[in-house]
Order: sequence, then structure tokens, then C-alpha cells
Amino acid sequence: MKIAVCVSHVPDTATKINIGSDGKKIDPTGVTYIINPYDEFAVEEALKTKEKFGGETVAICVGDDAVKETLRKALAMGIDNAVLLKDSIYRDSISIAKALADEIKNQNADLVFFGKQSVDYDNSITGQLTAELLGYNCVTVVVGFQLEGNKIIAEREVEGGKEIVETSLPAVITAQKGLNEPRYASLKGIMAAKKKVIEEKPLPPAENYVEIIAMKKPAPKQPGKIIGTDSSAVPELVRLLHEEAKVI
Amino acid sequence: MANKILVFIEQRNGQIKKSSSEAVKAASKLAAQLSFTAEAVTVGAEIENFSAVSNYGIQKVVHYKHSSLENYSASAYTSLVADYAKNIDADILFFANTSIGKDLAPKVAVKLDAGIAMDCVSLNYDNNIITATRPVFAGKALIDVRINKSKKIFTLRPNVFNTGTPSAESAEVSIVNVENPVLSDKVIEIKKSDGKLDVAEASIIVSGGRGLKGPENFHLVEELAQVLGGAFGASRAVVDAGWRPHSEQVGQTGKTVSPNLYIALGISGAIQHLAGMRSSKYIVAINKDKDAPIFQAADYGIVGDVFEIVPALIEEIKKIKS
Ligand SMILES: Cc1cc2nc3c(=O)[nH]c(=O)nc-3n(C[C@H](O)[C@H](O)[C@H](O)COP(=O)(O)OP(=O)(O)OC[C@H]3O[C@@H](n4cnc5c(N)ncnc54)[C@H](O)[C@@H]3O)c2cc1C
Ligand SMILES: Nc1ncnc2c1ncn2[C@@H]1O[C@H](COP(=O)(O)O)[C@@H](O)[C@H]1O
Repeated sequence: MKIAVCVSHVPDTATKINIGSDGKKIDPTGVTYIINPYDEFAVEEALKTKEKFGGETVAICVGDDAVKETLRKALAMGIDNAVLLKDSIYRDSISIAKALADEIKNQNADLVFFGKQSVDYDNSITGQLTAELLGYNCVTVVVGFQLEGNKIIAEREVEGGKEIVETSLPAVITAQKGLNEPRYASLKGIMAAKKKVIEEKPLPPAENYVEIIAMKKPAPKQPGKIIGTDSSAVPELVRLLHEEAKVI
Repeated sequence: MANKILVFIEQRNGQIKKSSSEAVKAASKLAAQLSFTAEAVTVGAEIENFSAVSNYGIQKVVHYKHSSLENYSASAYTSLVADYAKNIDADILFFANTSIGKDLAPKVAVKLDAGIAMDCVSLNYDNNIITATRPVFAGKALIDVRINKSKKIFTLRPNVFNTGTPSAESAEVSIVNVENPVLSDKVIEIKKSDGKLDVAEASIIVSGGRGLKGPENFHLVEELAQVLGGAFGASRAVVDAGWRPHSEQVGQTGKTVSPNLYIALGISGAIQHLAGMRSSKYIVAINKDKDAPIFQAADYGIVGDVFEIVPALIEEIKKIKS
């Protein structure tokens, strides 16, 4: 079985966001980039699935040379091969999904793991778009995954509980925290990953359906009111919530 | 171009969600600006409360009905909604940005070759152009986006768009019985988290952090949530410590919430926690450290010990509720 995992390269979640001079993107100065946290769960599940059923794993990323770092991270964790679909300009999710779908077809992968969301633009759609372009089944926000022959039983997190979904290969699964515990890359893995060749494929120009007009900071919040320092402040707090904010 | 906005209405257990009322209202508002008409489509078995959506300025609701469609199925819902949108030649589609909406909307977008903007917190129509605003980088920034395609899909963050007051006019509901829907994925079981309100849906949330000192003290968080009729949540520190389940985690790698009232108890207010709750309408912080960053985000704060403040708060709220 061929298992693909799509990974994205994102600013560390502790990053302070400054807006770049074009007013549309973040200023990358001083920003540390990491593998998207949810994609670590996707990589782990791909590795576990291979360990159980055999086959081959490939990590795919759309981006510029910098994203190789994230592909190397996937290789260091144990992924067999990596493909960089190379482009240096902004692509919207549909354009990324089209590139990924073509490569997944090319790789003949019938099980594909994604993260549920990239912590940069927070779209949460690339897995679904890619699945639909490929005509694959798709289960999102998955916290439990079992494969039996062609049959998939996936546990999906929804409001107020979980849904157990039955579907079949070929399929796209988007990983949520809780699916597994991502392994640490071993020193041996890191060394081996350094030697591996990342296959690079240039992408044709993008057709973006969605255009970013401007990026801005949220309006700064009025400094809050400290009502007091002990329980004598409680009646005033409740009065404010009741009469001023009208939320209780 | 049929000059139509189509809203997907979401039901669970036969109940239409409040987030769908919000989406319908937002759609009828935009439709009025564009001189479009707005209508809605829903998929399910029995649906009880069409009143939740029928009085918000839409003319028509089509209900695709079959007993096997009670639970969400991506394959079946995608083809029903996309086919109907094609059928009426809808130009714009609205979904609520819920677990169903997030799953379904992008799949429908591919079927319609539409552009899609997720998790919008405001929509503006000016000079014939619709601009959507959506939070990115976990709310640390916002972007204004435009869709350069004739078909456009927007998903709306719940609890942000107001429903206002319902109008007297009521939409006509027509039922289409679906024969043998094809479900290449289906829900075979639902595990409810013991009847408690989910943080993603609540209008009041009380969250606890490491300041609670141990899992045995979370009854304080639960009791306060209960007297307020809200849900309870947690910081990642306490989820990682195994005090609370991950489904309760609020923040960048947990749930994003925007309730009317968010009360943070013994939570420091790390950037990743703020990312998940800073768009709440009112934030209250109780923390014994006056320099805790949570106070920067809070509307009201008490610098004090949760073990002293929270019991007093529970009593005081009981008083005004009675
Ligand atoms: C990749 C990544 C993702 C993350 N995602 C999330 C996320 O989704 N959600 C999240 O919450 N965090 C997340 N974090 C973790 C985050 O950085 C913080 O570590 C976490 O939010 C801290 O939780 P806390 O506020 O409960 O604990 P602490 O930071 O330890 O704060 C405890 C607070 O309680 C106060 N306190 C102590 N005793 C009392 C008392 N008796 N009465 C009143 N106050 C008291 C203290 O003054 C302190 O401010 C993430 C981190 C990373 C690196
Ligand atoms: N540029 C990219 N290259 C490869 N995979 C991506 C890329 N962007 C997003 N993904 C995948 O899609 C998931 C969801 O991302 P998003 O839809 O952007 O929130 C991520 O967790 C990745 O698995």
C-alpha cells in the first residue's frame, strides 16, 4: 500500500505576528517555522499504518525551498520519501489542493493523511478539497483510525461527542490531536533524513480563487477593569455582568 | 447567474442549530443588499424546528429527507447540496463554520468549482464586491479576502452574526423524499460526552487552568458553569496533565470559541490560550497574579484566589437567578 502524508510549514504557535510591508502577509523576520502541529499526528498515523500493513510512505509539501525543513522532519520521523511541489508565490487552498491531488494520483497513494488545520491561515479545508478532487472518501478531525482490508473505521470529533464513521479506501483522513502520540525523531533518523534526496517538482502558475486584500491586527482591546482583590468584589462583578454587559 | 444565495441549514437529532439561524439571517441581509433572493436547503430525517430559520427573510427551504440521512454523511450530503445548488444555479452559498459545515462546504466548493472563504466574522458589500474578513494565525491577525470566481462559498463563525428579531413572514418548507441515498461513508455510532454542553456551542463558558491545583477541584468550574447554564473548558496545561479531556481544551490546538461570556479561572493567558477565546464578547479573569497576561484580554478581572472567589461568585449568581 502506498500511503501519502501532506505536511505544511508554519510559524511556531508562540510567534508574535507582525504585518509585512505589503500589508497582506506577515513579516517573516525573526519567525521560527515548524511542521504544522497537526501534521505530526498525520505523519505518526502514516508510520503506524505502514508498520502494521507494510507498504511505502511519502510526504508531500507545496512551497518554496524553506519547506524542505519540514519535509526533512517527516523523513527523520521515518517517512520513506519526500516530494516538494515547488513554487515561491502565495497559493490559495484550492490551488494547493489541485497540486497535491495531481501528485497523489501520480504516486498512486490510496490512503492519504492530512492535518485537520494549518495553524497559519486556519482554513481547515485542504484535505477535504483534495479528497473531493480525487473522488476519495474523506473523514475529518479524526481521533481514532482503524483499517481492515479496504474498510476504515474512523472516530471523528464533533460538537458534544464523537462520531464513529465507516468508510473505505481510497480515502483522505485529517488528523486531530488525540489520534496518537507523535514519535520523536531518533538521532539515526535525523542523520538518515539529511542524506535523503527530496524530489523537487516545479508547479505551473497558480490560479487563485481567493485573493487576500489586506491583513490587519485585531482592534486592541480596552484595558480591562480590575474590580477588586478579594471576594468583596464579587457582588460588583456580578452587577456589571448583569447590568452593563447584560450577559447573565 | 440566478441571483440567488443558498444557505445550508444544519440539523442534529432533528434540531436545527442556532448557527444556522445566524447564517440564514446573514444571507437574507446580504441578499437584500445585492437584490438577490435567499433560500435554504437542509438534509435529514424528521426535522422539528423549522421555526428556527423560517422567519429570517428567506422564502423557501427544501428538505431532502430520508431516515438514513439523519446523521451526517459527507458523500450523501455533498451530492445533495451540490446538485441542488447547481439546479437552482445559486451564486453564493452560506454554511455555518461547525464540524459539519467545515467538512461539507469545501467538498461542495469542488463540485461547483467555487471559491471558498472559511470562518468569516464579517461580510461587507461595497462597489459590487463582497469582502469577507476572517481571523488567521489563531486570531492574532485578520485578513480581508475576495473570491475571484462567479460561484462563492462562505462559512460563518457561529455566535458572531446576530439573528435579530424574526419577521412575520414565514418561508415555505418543501420536502423532497430521497430514494436510496448513496452513503459511501456513514456514521455507525455516536458517542455523546455525557449530556454536557460542548464548549464550541455554548454562549457562556467557564474554563479552569493550572491555578485550580488539581482535578479534584474542577467541581468549582463545573458548578459555576452550571449556575450560569454554560459549558466548561480547560487550558492545555490541565489537559496535558490528564485532569481534563482534550475535548474541553480551549486554544490554538483546542477549540476556538466565541461565547458571550468567557470566565477564565486560574489561567495565565498564554498566547495559545488567548488564540482560542479572545473573540469572546466579554471576558472575565480570576487569577491571583495581577501581572498574568489574561488580564490584558479581560473586560473584568478580580486579582484573587479562585478558592475564595469562585464559591462567592456561585452564591451571588444564584441570588440574582432566583
Ligand atoms: C504548540 C502549542 C500549542 C498550544 N496550544 C494550547 C491550547 O490550545 N490551549 C491552551 O490553553 N494552551 C496551549 N498551549 C500551552 C500554553 O502555552 C500554556 O502553557 C497553557 O495555556 C498554560 O495553562 P494554564 O494557564 O492553565 O497554566 P499556567 O500558565 O501554569 O497558569 C496558571 C495560572 O493560575 C494562577 N493561579 C495559581 N493559583 C491560583 C489560585 N489559587 N487562584 C487564582 N489563580 C491562581 C497563576 O497565577 C497562573 O497565572 C500550547 C503550547 C504550544 C507550544
Ligand atoms: N502547502 C501545503 N503543502 C502540503 N500540505 C498542505 C499544505 N497546506 C496545507 N496542507 C495540508 O492540509 C492540512 C490543512 O491545512 P489548511 O486547510 O490550510 O488548514 C494541513 O494540516 C496539511 O496536512
